[in-house]
Amino acid sequence: MNRELLKFLAFSAMVLAAPLYFKGGYLMNVLVFVGIYTMLAIGLNLLLGYAGQISLGHAGFFGMGAYLSGVLTATYAWNPWLAMPLAAAVVGVVAFLIGLPILKLKGHYLAMATLGLGIIIYIVFNETIDLTGGPSGLSGIPYLELGGITFDSDVKSYYLVWSFALLVILFAVNLANSRVGRALRAVHDSEVAARVMGVNARLLKVQIFTLSAVICSLAGSLYAHTMTFIAPASFGFNFSVELLTMVVIGGLGSVYGSFLGAALLTLLPEFLRAAQDYDIIIYGALLMLMVMFMPGGLVRGIPDFFKMVIKGRRGAGNA
Amino acid sequence: MLEVAGITQIFGGVTALQDVSFAIHKGDITGVIGPNGAGKTTLFNIITGIYTQTSGTVTLEGKNISAFPPERLARRGMVRTFQNIELFNQMTVLENVMVGMHTRSSCGLLSCALKMPWSIAEERRIRKGAVKWLDFAGITDLADVTAGNLPFGQGRLLEIARALAVEPRIMLMDEPAAGLNSQETQALGQLIRRIREMGITIVLVEHDMELVMDICDRIVVLNLGMKLAEGTPREIQENHEVIAAYLGEDD
Repeated sequence: MNRELLKFLAFSAMVLAAPLYFKGGYLMNVLVFVGIYTMLAIGLNLLLGYAGQISLGHAGFFGMGAYLSGVLTATYAWNPWLAMPLAAAVVGVVAFLIGLPILKLKGHYLAMATLGLGIIIYIVFNETIDLTGGPSGLSGIPYLELGGITFDSDVKSYYLVWSFALLVILFAVNLANSRVGRALRAVHDSEVAARVMGVNARLLKVQIFTLSAVICSLAGSLYAHTMTFIAPASFGFNFSVELLTMVVIGGLGSVYGSFLGAALLTLLPEFLRAAQDYDIIIYGALLMLMVMFMPGGLVRGIPDFFKMVIKGRRGAGNA
Repeated sequence: MLEVAGITQIFGGVTALQDVSFAIHKGDITGVIGPNGAGKTTLFNIITGIYTQTSGTVTLEGKNISAFPPERLARRGMVRTFQNIELFNQMTVLENVMVGMHTRSSCGLLSCALKMPWSIAEERRIRKGAVKWLDFAGITDLADVTAGNLPFGQGRLLEIARALAVEPRIMLMDEPAAGLNSQETQALGQLIRRIREMGITIVLVEHDMELVMDICDRIVVLNLGMKLAEGTPREIQENHEVIAAYLGEDD
């Protein structure tokens, strides 16, 4: 219990100190994205890594959060602080209603159904031009403001986004080590045994699907208010796959793994500018390699790797 | 305690069970035996809400539970174990038993995630309760082992400890001695008796006749999906129809 708290405090300190190190350079902007993607990856990880239910449509919930916040504030001049929770509530209700029938499906069928859901949401963004601006996007979304501070610079956005991201991390860590977290993992391992123990597996899956969508919606709202411009292309099928890659690469069922996955997949393209057009191929290859050689993800794979190296050295020394 | 009345189960033209009726008395250890394919596991799956029968009713303490799913049965005090042990393999032994306390705790998603004071207190209570059941099953020293790494015999004990954590009034065990050596089987017999002494009614499907004859108060014999006989172990051992079903007709 206390170890979890210590881990969280250490991580928070690192997050808070990072801007001092990077001194507000271009990388700050990238780290804002890492914060948003960490939230998304944790949201999906609760569903995929803990409950063992796949979704290929989570970019849709991310987009719904962004567009609901965007339209309410840019078109209808709402206060962003009101738009954000309303967007989350609407996405939550939608996810719950869709989750009820969809989560009866298992494996490939669930993957196909959520894939379809994501594509439908994407098409709505594209086609309701009067509301969303269609493919050319929606602009003029206001920055968030709090107590006279407008979160308009990279450093300010960084602290804004990461405050939310840290809260989501704490929330997820608490959940994972609780009665509900255990029930989720139990459903993942043996649904029938979990039910025999009194776990209402069906309701629990719908609940976690809803929570996961709400977290993505929140990340979407933050995205809209820090970018001030959104377009459907950010919320398509490719991004759902990218999210899935973050979760798997970071480590299924690990909250901090989701951060590692999000950080790697956000920073990698910055260093691989030349290979920009091939990103989806690189993600695919990464996903395959990880599943083959590091099925526990980075969060478990890196310590294992070092253990192996140390053991190898000792072995060589003894020989 | 538990009544099964006129249970018929048809799987796409194959009749797995036909008009099976019997009653389980409170506090008894009842054995359900029969040759392979007699329909014992099917019957268990119907009673515990995993299958829905074609016709017939199951009554638990006067309440018709025919259409109840397993999670509702757990809340009514019915729990089961599985022939091929169904553990939560990626969780520790202690965590497995903690899941067993699910119906005995109530914190929801939000109070868990926000770590409300009452959720912290409840978590402590769950942990303490789980340790108590590990002690009962004699596997306390395995608390931090990942369940998937347990040898079969200890996995079986864990499954029983986890089922007990539900604090059931009736426990159904599907071939608890399968895959155990004779020493482990003997210890299992003792454990089942201790469970009964706590006032838990026990029903078991079992092939190990020595165990069944030793610990059961009553026995129900199934053959080819029908009830063949019912009685005390002595009555069953002397029943010619039962002997014929097991050894083949000879007269």
